[in-house]
Amino acid sequence: MIWNEAMECADPKDLKGIQSQRLKEIVAYIYKNCPPLKAKLDAAKISPKDINSIDDITKLPFTTKNDMRDNYPFGLFSLPLKEFKEIHVSSGTTGNPTVVGYTKEDIELWSEVMARVLCCAGANPNDMIQIAYGYGLFTGGLGFHYGALKMGLTILPASSGQTKRQLKLMTDFKPGILACTPSYCLYMAEEARDLGINPKEGSWKVGIFGAEPWSESMRKEIEATWNMLATDVYGLSEIIGPGVAQECQYKDGLHIFSDVFYPEVINAETGQPVKEGEKGELVITTLTKRGMPLLRYRTRDIVSIKYEKCRCGRTSPRVSKITGRTDDMIIVRGINVFPSQIEHVLLGIEGTQPHYQLIVDRKTGELDELEVQVEVEPKIFSDEIKKLKMLEDKIRKEIESILGIFVKVTLVEHKSIQRSEGKAKRVIDKRVL
Amino acid sequence: MKLNQISIFLENREGRLYEACSLLGEHKINIRALTIAESDQFGILRVVVDKPEEAMALLKKNGFTADLTDIVAVEVDDKPGGLAKILKIIYDNRINIEYMYGFVEKSSEKALLVFRFDDSDKAISVLTDNKIKVIGKKDIVNL
Repeated sequence: MIWNEAMECADPKDLKGIQSQRLKEIVAYIYKNCPPLKAKLDAAKISPKDINSIDDITKLPFTTKNDMRDNYPFGLFSLPLKEFKEIHVSSGTTGNPTVVGYTKEDIELWSEVMARVLCCAGANPNDMIQIAYGYGLFTGGLGFHYGALKMGLTILPASSGQTKRQLKLMTDFKPGILACTPSYCLYMAEEARDLGINPKEGSWKVGIFGAEPWSESMRKEIEATWNMLATDVYGLSEIIGPGVAQECQYKDGLHIFSDVFYPEVINAETGQPVKEGEKGELVITTLTKRGMPLLRYRTRDIVSIKYEKCRCGRTSPRVSKITGRTDDMIIVRGINVFPSQIEHVLLGIEGTQPHYQLIVDRKTGELDELEVQVEVEPKIFSDEIKKLKMLEDKIRKEIESILGIFVKVTLVEHKSIQRSEGKAKRVIDKRVL
Repeated sequence: MKLNQISIFLENREGRLYEACSLLGEHKINIRALTIAESDQFGILRVVVDKPEEAMALLKKNGFTADLTDIVAVEVDDKPGGLAKILKIIYDNRINIEYMYGFVEKSSEKALLVFRFDDSDKAISVLTDNKIKVIGKKDIVNL
């Protein structure tokens, strides 16, 4: 079923009218309520009266993660703090996390788009959903929760982890829908086999997987292993959390809810739009958010977009699976990791020069592993094992407290990490997705 | 009377110990005492050599992370109770041993013990007071 046919299947001309009207309103709203973004508009010599249609969007300046950082924690909020009903945080590039806030209307919007996601994936109102995304400051768990409430599903708010319990819930309660990261879904299959459960006989018929990059071959593996339909969901906390775009049963691109999250695909270097179907960076404008609306937010995700109507009946444009990033962010077990965060930790530990490298690996049937290799510079070297072990431990604990995931820290010899001219290669991603 | 031990950081991978030792060997630097401390990820090679300054420069030039550490080497009788006698003096004076290792001299009836103390100067003074022979730089070359 289609949750909001009026919007998801709107005639493109009508949709453009709605988008144009909403863009005019949101630019005026931001201009009035958000001083840092008003300053950016002023610097670009743009005022609300210059915006008359959605086509004028290209006149607007971009918003980036740096704007979030510079205005930490609440500077980009367009309303007083008391209007905010919920606050979530995700990784920042250094030191401080990225903060996002939701008013009551924003939570309503989130519920609406997540209800669209669930329907788009193939959920029906009587289904039971097992939500195995983390609940908490991470947007995954609660985003799905709100959508499922809105749609009227029966919710198992399992949160992430505790695999044996997840499998027992599946076996005993027989939920038809699973929401989690794709790698966790495959990990659960291994665990199921160890427990004597045949994944093929599992109750999950539809999986809604996201929060990390995955490939068509992973999809095939998940579908064959669990005998389910595996769909891709896209979102980012700066825009709303999960609920920006979702695949339908045809799995031919993710329908982006462009009446509320207006997409552009640009050349990351020139900032100019690319042609339909060409790869570029996805840029999103939140057309209706109240608490923290953003204009032309640079997602750093590389996608392509197509506008033709889908076989499912939806006219909303479709973005491809993410094929890469324009920055050096990596996603490990659903958590965004920036090398600069690691650098920040290393700089903060006395004597440690930031010659480091991140190695991400995923062994078959296991979760992602993040290894941080740190060079032992002469000034931190000690002839005592315990002192080096203490250093290793300190680095590990500080990184873990910032990222919230386990990491392995390895001390390596001075100058053993390859130096490159220009941009250092900080990440080696060995995962075969 | 303090001696220099060279401590070398070694990644736990095949051939790395050989690379360090062969480098010293090729440059006619003689290893007088040696021990390896290990963790799961890395090791520290500790050596006492006849020409420590030269060895340090050589190691650094060849990309090793290495450092000089003050150690105290003492000579004891190579017979039961020889080590315990020394340790009692150390213990009675409340000096802490970070680590130690030992080896037997080929030319005499003595064993050589290498200590890393928290306070080397105090250790040397109490050992000498107790008539224990502390090895000097010249002795190392002539061993």
